[in-house]
Amino acid sequence: MSRRFIPKVVTANRLREGDVVYLTADDRWSLHHHEAELIEDDAHAQMRLLHATAQKLLVVGAYLADAKPGPDGPEPVHFREEFRTRGPSNYMHGKQADLV
Amino acid sequence: MYSYSEFDEAFVRERVAQFTQQVERRLDGSLTEDEFRPLRLMNGLYLQLHAYMLRVAIPYGTINPHQMRQLAHIADTWDKGYGHFTTRQNIQFNWPKLQDVPAMLQALADVGMHAIQTSGNCVRNVTADHFAGAAADEIEDPRPVAELLRQWSTDHPEFQFLPRKFKIAITGSPNDRAVTRAHDIGLRMVRNAAGEPGFEVMVGGGLGRTPMIAHTVRDFLPKADLLPYVEAVLSVYNTLGRRDNKYKARIKITVHETGKEEITRLIEDRFAELRPLFGGNDQTLLAEIEAAFAPPAFLSAPTDGYDAFYKADPVFRAWADTNLHAHKRADYAIVTVSLKAHGETPGDATSAQMREIAALAEDYGHSELRISHEQNVILPHVHKSHLPALHARLVKAGLGTANVGLISDIIACPGMDYCALATARSIPIAQQIATRFDALDLEHEIGPLKIKISGCINACGHHHVGHIGILGLDRAGVENYQITLGGDGTETATIGEKTGPGFAYDEIVPAVERLVRAYLSLRSSAEETFLETYRRTGIDPFKAALYEGEDEQDAA
Repeated sequence: MSRRFIPKVVTANRLREGDVVYLTADDRWSLHHHEAELIEDDAHAQMRLLHATAQKLLVVGAYLADAKPGPDGPEPVHFREEFRTRGPSNYMHGKQADLV
Repeated sequence: MYSYSEFDEAFVRERVAQFTQQVERRLDGSLTEDEFRPLRLMNGLYLQLHAYMLRVAIPYGTINPHQMRQLAHIADTWDKGYGHFTTRQNIQFNWPKLQDVPAMLQALADVGMHAIQTSGNCVRNVTADHFAGAAADEIEDPRPVAELLRQWSTDHPEFQFLPRKFKIAITGSPNDRAVTRAHDIGLRMVRNAAGEPGFEVMVGGGLGRTPMIAHTVRDFLPKADLLPYVEAVLSVYNTLGRRDNKYKARIKITVHETGKEEITRLIEDRFAELRPLFGGNDQTLLAEIEAAFAPPAFLSAPTDGYDAFYKADPVFRAWADTNLHAHKRADYAIVTVSLKAHGETPGDATSAQMREIAALAEDYGHSELRISHEQNVILPHVHKSHLPALHARLVKAGLGTANVGLISDIIACPGMDYCALATARSIPIAQQIATRFDALDLEHEIGPLKIKISGCINACGHHHVGHIGILGLDRAGVENYQITLGGDGTETATIGEKTGPGFAYDEIVPAVERLVRAYLSLRSSAEETFLETYRRTGIDPFKAALYEGEDEQDAA
């Protein structure tokens, strides 16, 4: 029996600005992790990643990151992904400042 | 300092023009990311965790006030008003946008600066003793040789596709402040029996996942042989270095696998071939470069004002005791401007601070500045009579912290707050250690103690050579910090020893405090430093202090 699939989101950096973005179910790139499409099976995840990788003029370095469902939408699992949702801890820079 | 020749200027401008077009082609889709990536890396542009990052070279850590002001201008115009000085004497901007990078490079070229070869598998920015040209213990200023190496290695056709990156460090002093033994090539100036200056050549040092102290392949290399000899080392490495495994590609592995004797023989054989091909043009060029590094016109003035101020003002005295070093002239001092204010990010300077540092260099420092690998700024030539006024202005700018060489003068890499390779954060650990020992008011009592923190195994924070080294790792999805003790980056270079299991994010600062308290109770006198105590007692009492009470916890 195969191991249980850990849900995923597709994430990347914007080509021009470098900002961290997430692929939504309606094919937008959102700055908010909770707006990402939470992908529940591997085949669909690979399809969505292919779709993301093809958008060469919008994003760079797309990959699948582990995520879990939360009250407002998907939440990161790993601390690295959590940091990517907000920005550095030494200054109020990045999303934690820009998205207020 | 050296100013760009017409050749340098034209080369840098041409590169900016090329990269400008490459960015345009990336943005219009003519270049894919796979095609563009090596091009941007060649020009110092990384894509990090939250944004792009531009790494700008500060060759051998030497910069003038005009250039420092331009860095401030770049920080204000295209970044977030600050820059981060690194352990390779470079400066990094953490928030550029891709389409702005050509303009940033243009602005750098306007002041004779660039970001070329700050990344990629080539010869990187040559680092040097940050007290170069000023230190009392110096045989000769190493920077002319460093500049010669910069010119020789820039766009060198044979060495643009090395197996891996290649780092050279150079010092003109017997006391090594440039961590030369942890470099691919370390050059340490020495004198031979006849009193002539030359270099001890060390090869195959490095930190990272396989830390190694370099082997000496030549005890004394005449100065005139330096360039062909370095070329021989690169040439042997370029042929033998492994390209099959990224983690075994550095020259330290080549030296390790080939053996010191065999690699020395290969280098000497290649050197014998190359030496006759250097017809002396390199020495003519070196002589021209040396003229550009002539010392400033030193002042002759009394220093009794300084002596009186030193006696009268305890705040000034504390700063003078830690932040000044011996200059080759008795009436001058080398000033280290600490970029380690307690609780701030090690190595960061705001644009306002950069401008003030530039002004201070002009007002009191013969317009000379250096960046240290320990992430501070140096005013190498300050007449002692100017020190009280200089100190007052530093304090006003938030740059007067009296902590150089102390526990809060921490090296920290950007870690997982910025770096895409990091496995844990470094900056907040440094901030918390500094704040904690400041609150305890203990750091002057503790005395010289170097803490170095890396946020991953690549060791940009030099943790292996910290008296206390801290390495941040990802252990099963949680930040975990491993401690090493007894590391040393000087002429008595040593790789630190692992203490045992690591500590969680909120346990690491108390762990460091236990180590320091153990030192305070173990030291034979207030004069015995942390490193000396460690070398006398060995690791055991420190381990005991570090892991005290763990058995009881396990038993509970």
